[in-house]
Amino acid sequence: MSTVRVENIKKTYEKGQVLALDDVSFEVKSGELFGLIGPDGAGKTSLFRILTTLLVPDAGRAEVAGLDVVKDLWKIRQIVGYMPGKFSLYQDLSIEENLNFFATVFNTTVAKNYHLIEEIYVQIEPFKHRLAGKLSGGMKQKLALCCALIHEPKVLFLDEPTTGVDPVSRKEFWDMLDRLKARGITIVVSTPYMDEASRCDRIALIQKGKILELDTLEQIIARHAQNLYAVDADNRYNLMNDLRKNTEIVSAFAFGEEQHVTLPPHFQDEYLSAFLKEKGHTGIKVRKIAPTIEDTFIKLMLENQ
Amino acid sequence: MTKSVIHTEGLTRKFGDFVAVNAITFDVKEGEIFGFLGANGAGKTTAMRILCGLLEPTSGKASVAGYDVYRQNEEIKKHIGYMSQKFSLYENLTVRENIQFFGGIYGLTRKELREKTAVLIERLGLNQEADKLVGSLPLGWKQKISFSVAILHRPKVVFLDEPTGGVDPITRRQFWDMIYEAAHEGITVFVTTHYMDEAEYCDRVSIMVDGTIAALDTPSGLKKQFQVESMDEVFLQLARGAKRGE
Amino acid sequence: MKTFVAFIRKEFWHVLRDTRSLVILLGLPVVMMILFGFALSSEVKNSNVAILDYSNDDASRLLIDRIDQSQYFSVKERLTSEAQIERVFRRGEARLVIIFPQNFQEDLSHTNQAQVRFIGDASDPNTSNIVINYASSIFRDYQNELTEQKKLPYTIETETRMLYNPQLKSSYNFVPGVMTLILMLLGAMMTSVSIVKEKETGTMEILLVSPMRPLLVVLSKAVPYLFLCFIDVVIILLLAVFLLDMPIRGSLPLLLAESLLFILTTLSLGLLVSAVVDSQQTAMFLSLVGFLMPALVFSGFMFPIENMPLPLQIVSNIVPTKWYYSIVRAIMVKGLGFSYVAKQTLILAVMTVVYLTVAIRKFKIRLA
Repeated sequence: MSTVRVENIKKTYEKGQVLALDDVSFEVKSGELFGLIGPDGAGKTSLFRILTTLLVPDAGRAEVAGLDVVKDLWKIRQIVGYMPGKFSLYQDLSIEENLNFFATVFNTTVAKNYHLIEEIYVQIEPFKHRLAGKLSGGMKQKLALCCALIHEPKVLFLDEPTTGVDPVSRKEFWDMLDRLKARGITIVVSTPYMDEASRCDRIALIQKGKILELDTLEQIIARHAQNLYAVDADNRYNLMNDLRKNTEIVSAFAFGEEQHVTLPPHFQDEYLSAFLKEKGHTGIKVRKIAPTIEDTFIKLMLENQ
Repeated sequence: MTKSVIHTEGLTRKFGDFVAVNAITFDVKEGEIFGFLGANGAGKTTAMRILCGLLEPTSGKASVAGYDVYRQNEEIKKHIGYMSQKFSLYENLTVRENIQFFGGIYGLTRKELREKTAVLIERLGLNQEADKLVGSLPLGWKQKISFSVAILHRPKVVFLDEPTGGVDPITRRQFWDMIYEAAHEGITVFVTTHYMDEAEYCDRVSIMVDGTIAALDTPSGLKKQFQVESMDEVFLQLARGAKRGE
Repeated sequence: MKTFVAFIRKEFWHVLRDTRSLVILLGLPVVMMILFGFALSSEVKNSNVAILDYSNDDASRLLIDRIDQSQYFSVKERLTSEAQIERVFRRGEARLVIIFPQNFQEDLSHTNQAQVRFIGDASDPNTSNIVINYASSIFRDYQNELTEQKKLPYTIETETRMLYNPQLKSSYNFVPGVMTLILMLLGAMMTSVSIVKEKETGTMEILLVSPMRPLLVVLSKAVPYLFLCFIDVVIILLLAVFLLDMPIRGSLPLLLAESLLFILTTLSLGLLVSAVVDSQQTAMFLSLVGFLMPALVFSGFMFPIENMPLPLQIVSNIVPTKWYYSIVRAIMVKGLGFSYVAKQTLILAVMTVVYLTVAIRKFKIRLA
């Protein structure tokens, strides 16, 4: 059963000048943790706003829990929880006041749904009288999640919840999402960070308003196998330049200290070692590697250019 | 051995009873890309403000580009560049106007400005967009332009505050290529971030926990030391022990 | 209903925690009243007068003494020829020159007619008008005394009296003016800014994705400002009565009720702005140019509307401040009852309903 169904959605801004979403279709299954992975400007926020009834698509239709996002506006607003990309709570109200306020907005009380937020709330409870504007990124994010959860939504839409948050808080946040999923809440989350893709059941890679791929992480990577090597040498700056200049190489991109080099299918790693030796490099290290989701995303981007 | 561009010794900054930066000691070499990491509230921002000459330390020594942070903070400001994701360019000025404005701040002459602007626009491949408003450009281009602007006056050190969040993997790598190039030309790059994948691109990385430097090495050295696969895990191991922060 | 109460409570937190704005909102009427009351007072005290007395008889000397003794004038200089008048004005040594013709007393007692010339410095037309009015009244008093002494029957008494405000106190003008300005500022500008702020910070996005009706959101934002506006009205009235000695001649409950109506008008204007504007800056600018300036120009507080060209007079009718200003003056200064302000009240009420309807119509239930 699908909780979210998107069919051929198109959205433009400024009288059709800017294309935000271009014929996007996908489905999110009930109880799934679904990730929209793509850079800033890919159209993730537009998609969220359409699904949360904040925007009307130019064409196509979308359903949340069987309700139409245009016609059943008020019904959808009862059952979804939404955390916008920007921190959107009242900075001049305390943690407790924010939470109570949003509970009232959704016609409920904190006490009634405390079991849902308890695990998260206990972490910020010691500071419940502190104003939201004075909280660290991680705490703000936890508070925002509590506020989005307080009315026991069926579907949770989280737009870039981990932006601006340190790795410890990020990890804790994803652990929380796992537990919410276990309670049967369907979660749609967006992120520009490829490494977070592995925490989702299925992901959609999105770029410039189009979905490039949609499946489980493993399936997507497997479908786009590439002849990939990690390369390192003593003089990294020259290594980078030499690899870029070689026209036989499909692509070469820095991945931390190493360069990830994609070769045409029939090429072997000896080709790279020989080429770099000829260029006078020392300390050459070449090893064949399996692509990560980031390698795959780059490959898809290059293919779609 | 190349010389140090940033040097600190027992650098400390207190706010009342709170010790934001607790006796940190480190050196950054010329042309190095130095990652300065830490969780929210670990003291990163305070330390960087001291090094930028914006905040006086409580005790300890620090010098940037050979200038003392206590006495010569005005000199420091002339010899550093700064780029942050939050503020970098004026959205309602064109690319060309932004470049000229920021160049002007650092006292470039009219002629220098015109030449440098032309060269820069050419190099960024922005001939078509030079007279468009910055606000209308994609985030990735803004980042590239603001980095170029930050090093327009050839500073000794450039400070980058979470420079590459949110852009696509290719644009991000193009951005790092620019950083490598600047470093190759002798500009020292000081990156603060809490994204570990950014840290992987640095020559050396320091991780601050509770106001002190808990680890400092190359990314591969750190991974070896903590016997883990990624910088993320290094960070998690270190930051878990943090007492303060939130 | 519970939601609405929670909302209003939240709005009060916002307002009360922003101490700086609060000080401005409550301090502004005080500062304005004091400024207008003392510094910018258009009352003329101790104006210098120069006298050119060709007759130099008892009557003229008596009048000159009276002028000098009056709190409004001090006789600074005696001139000897008309050629000196220009010099006196140029150097700013006098605001008014009074010329007594030869045989002033004789003319007065024999023909019952005498002429006096007032020459005012009209480079400041308001002041010179007031000064001449004051001087005329001194002469009129004298004239009245004479007529009474002679007990002449059939003398036609011409009398000009400054009704309602015999001392020509400027507070009668500016207190209603300050009230309209403050209410416009608080009601329209602050309300629209505070609503638009929710759009800017993104909280509106969350509120929209809740079952709460957006209209309720917006109405609840107006409530604290309703209170603040009302407090400001009370502050202004207290200052007017106790600091500036300006009595409230009409009914106080009526004045407060009319003020409440006008507050509602400004609040609905604020809601209207917030429905069509997306940034705090624009809201502020629109309020300043769209409301505050017309409030200044077209209320009759600074410039008399009757003196404006016809098109501007017509325009002034759509400015709500004009009507409130006239209501306040009618009740406070003239002591008139409801029947005299019924028309203005009706106009304000209609305006309020129109603004509110348009605001509600325009209000978006989505982001765009």
